[in-house]
Amino acid sequence: MGSESFRSPYTPNTDSDRRRMLDAIGVSSAAELFEDIPEEHRDPVLDLAAPLSEMELSAYARELSGMNAAPGDYACFLGAGSYRHHIPAIVRHITGRSEYMTSYTPYQPEVSQGTLQTEYEFQTLCSLLTGMDAANAGMYDGSTSLAEGALMAARITRRDRVAALDTVNPRFIEVLRTYTRSQGIAVDVVSRDSPEIGDRTAALLVQSPNFFGYMEDGGRFSELAHSKGALLVSYVDPISLGMFRPPGDYDADIAAAEGQAMGVPTTFGGPYVGIFACKERYVRQMPGRIVGKTVDTRGRTAYVLTLQTREQHIRRERATSNICTSVALIALMSTVYMASHGKHGMRRVAEACYQKSHYAASLIEELPGYSLPIEGTFFQEFVVECPLPPSEVNRRLLERGIIGGLDVSDRYRNGMLVCVTEANTREEIEGLAAALSEMGGAG
Amino acid sequence: MSGLMRELAAGRRRLLMDRSSPGRVGATLPPPDVPEQELPPDSELREDLDFPEVTESELVRYLAQLSQFNFSIDHNFYPLGSCTMKYNPKLNDEVASLPGLAQIHPLQPDDQVQGALRLMYELQGYLTEITGLAGTSLAPMAGADAELAGMLMIRAYHHERGEAWRRNVLIPDSAHGTNPASAAMSGFDVVELPSDAHGDTDLEALRASVGDDLAGLMITLPSTLGLFDSNILEVVRTVHEAGGLVYGDGANLNALLGRVKFGDLGFDVVHSNLHKTFTQPHGGGGPGAGPVIAGPTLVDYLPEPVVVRRASSDESAAYSKGRPVKSIGRMGAFHGNFGALVRAYSYISTLGREGIIQVSEDAVINANYILSELRDCFDLPYDRSCMHEVVFSARSMNRDHHVSALDVSKRLIDYGIHPPTMYFPLIVEQALMIEPTETESKETLDSFVAVMKEIAREAREEPHLLHEAPHDTPNTRVDEARAARRPELRWRRREAAEQDQGGEG
Amino acid sequence: MNPADLRYSSEHEWARLLDDGSVEIGITEFAAESLGDVVYVELPPVGGGLTQFEKMGEIESVKAVSDLFTPVSGRVLEVNERASDSPEVVNEDPYGAGWLIRASLDDASGLDRLMTADQYQEFLDSQAA
Repeated sequence: MGSESFRSPYTPNTDSDRRRMLDAIGVSSAAELFEDIPEEHRDPVLDLAAPLSEMELSAYARELSGMNAAPGDYACFLGAGSYRHHIPAIVRHITGRSEYMTSYTPYQPEVSQGTLQTEYEFQTLCSLLTGMDAANAGMYDGSTSLAEGALMAARITRRDRVAALDTVNPRFIEVLRTYTRSQGIAVDVVSRDSPEIGDRTAALLVQSPNFFGYMEDGGRFSELAHSKGALLVSYVDPISLGMFRPPGDYDADIAAAEGQAMGVPTTFGGPYVGIFACKERYVRQMPGRIVGKTVDTRGRTAYVLTLQTREQHIRRERATSNICTSVALIALMSTVYMASHGKHGMRRVAEACYQKSHYAASLIEELPGYSLPIEGTFFQEFVVECPLPPSEVNRRLLERGIIGGLDVSDRYRNGMLVCVTEANTREEIEGLAAALSEMGGAG
Repeated sequence: MSGLMRELAAGRRRLLMDRSSPGRVGATLPPPDVPEQELPPDSELREDLDFPEVTESELVRYLAQLSQFNFSIDHNFYPLGSCTMKYNPKLNDEVASLPGLAQIHPLQPDDQVQGALRLMYELQGYLTEITGLAGTSLAPMAGADAELAGMLMIRAYHHERGEAWRRNVLIPDSAHGTNPASAAMSGFDVVELPSDAHGDTDLEALRASVGDDLAGLMITLPSTLGLFDSNILEVVRTVHEAGGLVYGDGANLNALLGRVKFGDLGFDVVHSNLHKTFTQPHGGGGPGAGPVIAGPTLVDYLPEPVVVRRASSDESAAYSKGRPVKSIGRMGAFHGNFGALVRAYSYISTLGREGIIQVSEDAVINANYILSELRDCFDLPYDRSCMHEVVFSARSMNRDHHVSALDVSKRLIDYGIHPPTMYFPLIVEQALMIEPTETESKETLDSFVAVMKEIAREAREEPHLLHEAPHDTPNTRVDEARAARRPELRWRRREAAEQDQGGEG
Repeated sequence: MNPADLRYSSEHEWARLLDDGSVEIGITEFAAESLGDVVYVELPPVGGGLTQFEKMGEIESVKAVSDLFTPVSGRVLEVNERASDSPEVVNEDPYGAGWLIRASLDDASGLDRLMTADQYQEFLDSQAA
């Protein structure tokens, strides 16, 4: 394909259109419009490949796609912050609609009521699910929700340390450090069994189910945090809230969660949606977009972005967060998921995850050479101590068409974090146990 | 409208919880297929989840009807300045939904996801080439997140050199609010830099502002005035001579594609908003993606991961996720918004070198065409050729006819056109910032020009049409003060009673 | 018009000396109109100290936020709950029901550093020019 003949299917201007527009502008060539660019740097060599047609690109993309071991083709037992659950067809149908997909942040409420009202639904459902007073319209992901929760607690308490239990996902701690370091806020990782927090601690960060899959005693940590004048920031799994007590039940001040589990494909890590909820008295300290209910000039119900003075476009360097473009479409995916599952579906999904993961654990625990090192209640993930290093176990599992769990051998000897959701069939679970059994026998 | 019609209109707006009816089901699940396990004690379980019960069919009707209350690129001309609302190619969505890209788990070992890593590696290369810098991290999840990353990199650089006293970051007065917010989150003090009469950086003010405490400059190029700063080389030189680094906000990169490289101008770190320049759909406010791209000075500080290729190793494990040696750390739990990266990759691949250069040419021609056609109807605060967007002012119109930029914007809605960005940049009174993008035809621009001229006439002769606009939308102008004074941020049960009165307004 | 019995600051706050020696503080009509619809006020806690011309709180409209500066030094005796709960009262009656706080006065001479109504009007005129 020669460069002369390339015509992009996305740019309608023809040479004749350009000629007429340049005449109207009063310049002889488009180059004149770029004359503010220093001449010595203008029109540099651009080393990019020739354009690919739709057919060529589709073929190449399928090739790249085919180079990956895709869960679905493989039985998958990976979780650790990104979860495979069944996604109803309606989720993709609704969020694929142009009206939702190709609109901008709803600054003009008269032509954005679709986005605004669905965001209000998201805030409602997230509030109900977490048992909190209010929620915002979403953050980038669960980890940044948690980090913003820590920053918000520091603003509210005017304290400069945050304490995270050592059972919080270590990646979240890394993100927390990225977000807090430059603001002079120190992160203390404290023992879950005997957490020490001081009078400079703004918040205690608790993840439940924790990184290893086990439920934490929210009430105990809530009392501890509040007794020291700190806030409780609770990170939860939204699917688990179909059956387990929500943060609002144990007086959490801020709740954060990863919404991906509800209707969003794992997509190699993103885009996801962070859920962020808090007590009523702290709403003016919340980061992110918030939609409020109001009326129009004719008295009809309408929705609008509100409490905007918190945000960067008004408060600039004193904003509660720098967030601008967020993840509205992903929040809509989770909204549709929550709405379609509803009161009973949420409970049934949660119980199915619980049942299947406990069945898997019961099979693996019986295998010679394997054990479950942690006591307590887990939801859908649990740590298995293996007879071999998890990397070796995983290599052998992959040969059998199974993507194994996450290697946590830095915390538990030959530890593997196994995740089982309702999307795993009984056949897959028994296949995993059988494969592990063979390895156990081989030593 | 009759009472019944009002009731129907209100009914379409009923919230999920008010549509709920006990016993309705929206999703099915298979029956339990494993032996029953003992549930935890009731003390650990929640009593009840107060959630809606609606069928799938009702949900689709509700959300499909609601969707029609949105303007969107697929339906409307959307000349929202600085937001680059260009057409979103459908091929990109299809590619992004391929199972080997959409279904893979972020924690799969690198050897299981070589195709995904190769795609990321190639996209890093494209962006590094387009900007003329040294390396790219795809980790930040939006433009503001990339600004935070870039400013944290600058902070880490100064700290590493033992110059932690460098606390001041200069930001032009025309900057987007995320710039000062990101600088502050990165622990810097913000110093505002004025623009000169041409809309360029005021060099005198710049020289007076640089000192030993200078950490760097955050500058948008072209600026939010839609202008290419003709002092840019002097600006960069001045900052560097004072020991500062230069951050380039690439929100307006669309204007520069193939025309000039940030690296050649001396920028140290920039970001690109993939949801602007590279067609990730805006989604009603995200997701976006904000790769951060660094020159040689800062490339070792990029957030992790950065995908690397080992030349000698076999193809089945050539690509891996690496951590730059002085990395500022992680911006999110995983590797950035991969779904957006796939779309940008697809877009760049289908355009290639020729197509990329054509983008900036047509974007700039289109904006200047609007400038030349409307300059007699609206004030032009900076009378020079623009780049990809043009900033007009409704100042005279407001003074002479009491018609504001807001009124003009709302009236455009009646003509089926999304309003431009208003009241920004802050240094232009009654600003109307128009960015047509390269994906609009001359016919569309001509009809937009005709509408704007008609609105200018209406402003003189029938200003009430503007003051009361929009007229035919599901909501007229809304009471923002009420929403902010007594925030109602969610459905509550007591609202059910209010709604039962029905037929509001 | 700006009441003649008040004193004014260049940050558009006013102070009214009450019979018991305390002062009532609010924002001027000009400030209220410039802000537009006031939606939120953040006031200092009762008992908190005030230093003349320093920041004491914030006031927000839908699209703007401004610092509040105290026109006098003293201690906060009372905050106007009505202004917090129904901030529209600041627009409706800035010199009356829309007052913000009542404070003790450290030093009566602090009032002398403020403008009279006439001086404030001149100040506004000079700013507009």
